[in-house]
Amino acid sequence: MSRIDVRKTAKLYINGAFVRSESGRVYSVEHADGSAVVRVSQGSRKDLRDAVRGSRSAQTGWAERTGYNRGQILYRIAEIMEERRDTFVDRLLTGGMSDDAAEAELDASVDRLVWYAGWADKFAQVFGNLNPVAGPFFNISAPEPTGLVGVVLADASPLLGIVSRVAPIIVSGNTAVVVVGGPRPLASIALTEVLATADVPAGVVNIITGDAQELGPVLANHMDVNALDIVGVEPTLAAAMTRDAAENVKRVTVEAEPQFMDEAAQSPYIIAKFVETKTVWHPKGV
Amino acid sequence: MLTQPATTQSLRTLVRSVPTVDEVAAKERVAALGKRSIKKESKLSALRMVISMMDLTTLEGKDTPGKVRQLCSKGMRPDPTRQDLPTVAAICVYPAHIATARAALGDSGVKVASVATYFPSGQVSLEVKVDDVREAVKAGADEIDMVIDRGAFLAGDYLKVFEEILAVRAACGDAHLKVILETGELGTLDNVRRASAIAMAGGAHFIKTSTGKVSPAATLPVTLVMLEAIREHHAATGEMIGMKPAGGIRTAKDSIKYLVLLSETLGSAWMSNEWFRFGASSLLNDVLMQIRWLETGRYQSPDYFTKD
Repeated sequence: MSRIDVRKTAKLYINGAFVRSESGRVYSVEHADGSAVVRVSQGSRKDLRDAVRGSRSAQTGWAERTGYNRGQILYRIAEIMEERRDTFVDRLLTGGMSDDAAEAELDASVDRLVWYAGWADKFAQVFGNLNPVAGPFFNISAPEPTGLVGVVLADASPLLGIVSRVAPIIVSGNTAVVVVGGPRPLASIALTEVLATADVPAGVVNIITGDAQELGPVLANHMDVNALDIVGVEPTLAAAMTRDAAENVKRVTVEAEPQFMDEAAQSPYIIAKFVETKTVWHPKGV
Repeated sequence: MLTQPATTQSLRTLVRSVPTVDEVAAKERVAALGKRSIKKESKLSALRMVISMMDLTTLEGKDTPGKVRQLCSKGMRPDPTRQDLPTVAAICVYPAHIATARAALGDSGVKVASVATYFPSGQVSLEVKVDDVREAVKAGADEIDMVIDRGAFLAGDYLKVFEEILAVRAACGDAHLKVILETGELGTLDNVRRASAIAMAGGAHFIKTSTGKVSPAATLPVTLVMLEAIREHHAATGEMIGMKPAGGIRTAKDSIKYLVLLSETLGSAWMSNEWFRFGASSLLNDVLMQIRWLETGRYQSPDYFTKD
């Protein structure tokens, strides 16, 4: 007797839970060779609202963890991704990549996570400083996470793109709400299942598949989002989002044509884009 | 109806005459009413109504005159950036802070409500409770929130509960009396319904769900049962009694569900702060955030609203 297909529903990842879109919408993702179709939840405005709420409540706790601990957790994500190699490669092939490209994409993603994991307890030394001042004071500048970062990945590299943007954001203690657009988000969806089992606290990373055109502006307008990372979004929309983000003076970065395989796509200066510098004065001597 | 003067027997008769509550049906009814879709325009006016019905409350051991004054300014002008929002109905404080609140509120029309009768436990002699109330009224409270003796109620001493309410009502003078049933400690909806009947017979102007110090505090099913009790009382005597759910109502969405319940159970005659109040502290900011979201289309952040 032939078996009935048991297919997995691709869901959104919001506040540590896998949920269907509140709107009930789905969209079809076709395998590159046309062999099958997967239905993926299409996130809505209210899904984003829920994600921001969860992400906000996770942020303080995540930032309060030691850098060392955050580094361990990033490393754990890398470990589990490596273990699930086959799944990721399969999703990337489904998306139309060649064998070599898929392997290279996975290698680069895992390596990048490990690389940023190493920065977790080191970036503060690099971007912080003991400032020379005239007077009997220590004057110390130290980076602190900006808070809640909205990431819009319009049609980016399906796995390396999300890893390259999310890792430097969360490593310093930010939380992220990520909108993944594009026609083939399957590898990003596989990533949600890794995040859920890699000791990443609920709400630290939220991944919502859907239409960047629809969801980007919601994130840009949300007053509880502190920074916006606009990646691979077409210029008109990126400009509109940048304008909307000004309402509560979000920190905005725009990367129009990201080249994630480039060396420049991996840099401590990307961590620095999502931190604020706090300077404190402390009396010196007796 | 109660024969005068009340006796243990007449109170028992009153309690026995109260119909039993179908708990499943009560939950079903509130679940059904809670699903209503409310359109933007109605939502905006509902949220304004919620503000006008709010007893903005601070009942903590750490309350200071500064905190009370801050709460009063928030109550008089909920959103400092605009003048078109209503004031809250009252500021609810401990008796020690009545004078501060009275002075801060001036002639704004916002009332001063005070808890009394050894809130929240009420485990003290009647003399002390009555003195507590008298002092609160003397200090300038417009409204008194008393607690019933849940211990006596659960032990079946309905007469004691009733007589305390009578005595407190007498001590209130012109001040309005809200009777807190502390439904979270009563155990069943049947008990809630019985306690409501006793409180109304004892002369409560309002019946109120909770102190906010016990969980669960206000819930929709409990509120429905109390509203039904009020409806029955009104049908039998023609007297209107107010209702105040308090504690645990934190979101604008929840508050609108309470209004739907009110409208469906008692109708538009009760839809004002004369007959319905919300006892809450953190609800106000969520309502303000929702109003601004409806008006601007931007989801809001608590960062941009005053903390009270």
